[in-house]
Amino acid sequence: MLLSVLLSCVTKTVEIPTALAAESRTTGGSAAGDLGAPVGDPVRAVLTHAPQVPPPTGRTEPAKVIVELEVEEKVMPISEGVDYTFWTFGGEVPGEFIRIRQGDTVEFHLQNHPDSKMPHNIDLHAVSGPGGGAASSFTAPGHESQFTFKALNAGIYVYHCATAPVGMHVANGMYGLILVEPPEGLPPVDREYYVMQGDFYTVGKYHEKGLQPFDMQKAIEENATYVVFNGSEGSLVGDKALHAEVGDTVRLFVGNGGPNLVSSFHVIGEIFDKVYTEGGSFAQENVQTTLIPAGGATMVEYHVEAPGTYILVDHSIFRAFNKGALGMMKVEGDAQLEIYSGKEVDSVYLAEKAASRQSIVTASAELAAGEVSKEAQIAAGSSLFAGTCSTCHQGNGAGIPAVFPPLAGSDFLNADPERAISVVLNGLSGPVTVNGDDFNSVMPPMSNLNDDEVANILTYVYDSWDNAGHQVTAQQVAAVRSGTDRPAGAPH
Amino acid sequence: MLLIGLIAAASLPGFVQIPGGEHRPFYPPSPEQVLLPVQAFGMDITPVTNQEFLDFLQREPSWQDPPIILAEGRYLQSWASPTDLGALDPGAPVTDVSWHAARAYCQDRGGDLPTVTQWEFAADATQTQATGARQDPATLSLILDWYALQGSPGPVRQRSPNLHGLYDMHGLIWEWTLDFNSQLISSDAREAGDQDRVRFCGAGALDASDPEDYASFMRFAYRSSLTANATTSNLGFRCAYSR
Ligand code: HEC
Ligand SMILES: [Cu+2]
Repeated sequence: MLLSVLLSCVTKTVEIPTALAAESRTTGGSAAGDLGAPVGDPVRAVLTHAPQVPPPTGRTEPAKVIVELEVEEKVMPISEGVDYTFWTFGGEVPGEFIRIRQGDTVEFHLQNHPDSKMPHNIDLHAVSGPGGGAASSFTAPGHESQFTFKALNAGIYVYHCATAPVGMHVANGMYGLILVEPPEGLPPVDREYYVMQGDFYTVGKYHEKGLQPFDMQKAIEENATYVVFNGSEGSLVGDKALHAEVGDTVRLFVGNGGPNLVSSFHVIGEIFDKVYTEGGSFAQENVQTTLIPAGGATMVEYHVEAPGTYILVDHSIFRAFNKGALGMMKVEGDAQLEIYSGKEVDSVYLAEKAASRQSIVTASAELAAGEVSKEAQIAAGSSLFAGTCSTCHQGNGAGIPAVFPPLAGSDFLNADPERAISVVLNGLSGPVTVNGDDFNSVMPPMSNLNDDEVANILTYVYDSWDNAGHQVTAQQVAAVRSGTDRPAGAPH
Repeated sequence: MLLIGLIAAASLPGFVQIPGGEHRPFYPPSPEQVLLPVQAFGMDITPVTNQEFLDFLQREPSWQDPPIILAEGRYLQSWASPTDLGALDPGAPVTDVSWHAARAYCQDRGGDLPTVTQWEFAADATQTQATGARQDPATLSLILDWYALQGSPGPVRQRSPNLHGLYDMHGLIWEWTLDFNSQLISSDAREAGDQDRVRFCGAGALDASDPEDYASFMRFAYRSSLTANATTSNLGFRCAYSR
């Protein structure tokens, strides 16, 4: 634990390249980074909320740039129906994107909202100096601090709060990105977006509704409840998906706030033409998946050839399916069938899961209003089934002979709704006979589904494929769940 | 003045005597001083309430509108006026008060603000034990839940008291201490690197007696961010009395 507290505090050491021979291409690093005194009137930095990125600075000479960033502690949804008290730079997670040019002198103002419970500060990895500005920006609630630094190294950098306990401030969302353009600027592209991953630790399990407090023990154990892009599950899906046109070159600035997890960032259906690995100055080409360390960032570029939906994931894939690390880029334009036939399997499968959100929202809205119609349950259940059960039991419920028993017309299923609830909650193993065929395998417990979700899935299953048509309620599920003995400490 | 104060303090209902003992400081002043002796002292059983502070302002009008060096602009900002609580709950703890104002109140009562050691010692009691709150998961989750709560504090005395009979040491507001800035004062004497460490990165995790004690980290970080004229909507106080 001691180590983790210390490690979360990144000390930036400035290295002056001595053996240039080893590396023929070099920017010269910070020793060559000072481009002289600021020229002209001070300019105010344009800050943007994710996924937007400020326009290029367009400057050819160093300037004095004024940045004002306000810290606000704020309750916001982390997932549908789940609230969390975020600590933010600029009112959202991730913090506002800051864009400057190498050689700029930045006058930084950090304001801490008067209603804050905590003091905060900022450590910008783009700063050359002890603590990255943290010591000079330690700010009590209702106060403002100011410090100035010169940006000597070009690149894409994380900033974060470094107030004790650092891990908790970062875990609550206190991070963002600052881009230091190289003197010549970045090559022009058609679209730029800002995406930042973070892991979150709540007392309630994944999708448990209501205001969820921070769980320190889970954070220490690095047992994330949520892993999300841009501060909440679903922040980049549906209407909020990123957008591009066929033929565009897209640049993503992707950061990872952590606090704990390293991201295996991947866009399903795309190959990164260029990756500025770890945000460095030279690009690697033709990369499928790139690692982004906690407290690190990268810049990826790709040209889009085919229309459709591309899924952004942390390819540590359970995080995408079971913790929220899933976003979308929708590409519009004419299909180029010789490049892409339109049947890419990953894409369809995930789109279904992502598309499920709308019907789930309808069902939970009705639930909040007091009653759920069977129709709403079936609609919500169908998308949950596609995301949760269909991998094994197949989308048509037919199962796979000798491996996964059928749910379509299953006598085992239809005989006893209570038992079916128990199968979903507790799993099933050992010999079982379905429609006269013997199976002897293991179904893992799906106890991470909440009562509504189990009720909706089973109502959908019972309504489909000539099954018995039972309607399963959340109350029935709750009763089965509470009637099940579980070893202490097991998830429930 | 002192005499009047003593009489006032003695007649206060909301004041208990805390037996002395030994306190294990979160930041030991030196490697040898892992246990500090604590003399017996008295302490208000609840934070000072809006009503109590209003009574004080009526007795001591000079604190109705103190100069900025004694209390910054947001002093009592949620009050209708320095003599009118407006819509505020009279039984909620007073907040938006500076260290100077809090001290003046306590001195008026014949006491003073508790020291960090006194406060931490008193706050380490659980409902049944004189020490151990800092290792107690229930206390920790009360504190962590409080950080996630938004809005102004509710009335005092809504939860059970600790062993000493003190209410709301955790989970309602931050509280002023007499030497709230002692971490900085003592670290000024050290080299700059160490001082920085206390102020930000890991907040001196190297020096802390228990790096998993997140709640203490937060209290010490919070205190060290303050100045004596600071006022915030989550910061109030209670008084201590040394016999
Ligand atoms: C990882 C693969 C897997 C997933 C995912 C899965 N199951 Fe199963 N399921 C199985 C296996 C294997 C069995 C048979 C277990 C045995 O033979 O002991 C089974 C058995 C069942 C049965 C009882 C037998 C029958 O066919 O009637 C039901 C009901 C059932 N599953 C429902 C579901 C539902 C609903 C979901 C989604 C919430 C789900 N399963 C998800 C693998 C899975
Ligand atoms: Cu912070």
